[in-house]
Amino acid sequence: MLTRYGSLLFATGFAFLLFSLFIALPMGEPPTLAGQAILNEAANSVGAANIVTSVVLAYRGIDTLGELSILFAAATAVGLVLGGQARAPRPSKEDGAGGFILQTGVDLLFPLLLVVGFYIILHGHLTPGGGFQGGVVLAAALVLPVLARPEESPSPAALAWVEGLAGAAFIATGLAALAYDHAFLTPLLGAGQLGDLFSAGTLPLLYLAVGLKVGAELAKLLLRLAEEGPAA
Amino acid sequence: MSEFGLVALLVGALGLIAIGIAGLVLARNLFRLVLALAVAEAGANLLLVLAGFRQGASAPIIEGGSTLHQVAMVDPIPQAMVLTAIVIGVGVQALALALAVRAREAYGSLDMDQLRARMEADIIAAAGTAPTTSQEAPSGARPLPPPLPSPARIAAEEPSS
Repeated sequence: MLTRYGSLLFATGFAFLLFSLFIALPMGEPPTLAGQAILNEAANSVGAANIVTSVVLAYRGIDTLGELSILFAAATAVGLVLGGQARAPRPSKEDGAGGFILQTGVDLLFPLLLVVGFYIILHGHLTPGGGFQGGVVLAAALVLPVLARPEESPSPAALAWVEGLAGAAFIATGLAALAYDHAFLTPLLGAGQLGDLFSAGTLPLLYLAVGLKVGAELAKLLLRLAEEGPAA
Repeated sequence: MSEFGLVALLVGALGLIAIGIAGLVLARNLFRLVLALAVAEAGANLLLVLAGFRQGASAPIIEGGSTLHQVAMVDPIPQAMVLTAIVIGVGVQALALALAVRAREAYGSLDMDQLRARMEADIIAAAGTAPTTSQEAPSGARPLPPPLPSPARIAAEEPSS
């Protein structure tokens, strides 16, 4: 009992400490120097209307590559921890299939989710969104049919291929910049007209690779977690 | 946004962190532990986005295809950082859940006390030693046997040395 009160006291004290720290900071003031410089320069040098995309892919492209690596490492570790295919047999046709409403709803939603996912990915340099957000929508589109018809789940091998090719495409796009005497992951093909779908050089291609990789990776992860283990 | 709104958002973000940390120290179920971690992470992300906030500024997206009209915009760097943090958080949560799944498969429970008891029993069984005792719940005969002689006491009891 004493430990519970002590823990609560600790959490309250920690919150008070954080609050008194942050209330002293100049919140709502002009942003940092780097942020202001990027805001002034990004539209002309990168050509993406969405400046967050410029930061993620053009200014911090190698960080995004590292982020993809971390996600890949996490997915691999989940696969390692949960074991291989031998862990659970595929559910049979009757086992755990969704009802009529779920199956019809999923059939209706699946193409719409795919369209929305690719829209968010391909307009990542123009509107809020991008590869990560659209990739999550794609993963939802891939996982939903499994809820309705567990026997027709997408094969992990195909998802692994999509994921690997998308990751390779991201790195290849970065390496292509080296051939033109630029630094790794420098956007190529010119900035283009601000606000056009085909603008911002290779950023849409990079975001497409990110979206496919994140979508396939998360779908694989969710399917692996949804597998039923041996009865505990 | 008014000053009041900003403070309200700040309190909300810090409150989420505090709730998450309280959950981390109080929760005894592994799944709730992961959820508490997710709540604390959401608060931290909100706090980061808030750090880039600027009075009367718009989202960092240029509209209308021209760079001529310079509207004040919020700092884009914290937003990009939070994008990264969210994705890494998903990876961390997935790994934690996978470990919880394995723990439940191996020990049949997600309760931390039961898990610890069963793990200790496993370790003792594997090592072939006697059950350990703790200060809160000592096992064995009462009154307790005299403590084993320590080198310091032996030195104190021997006047010749």
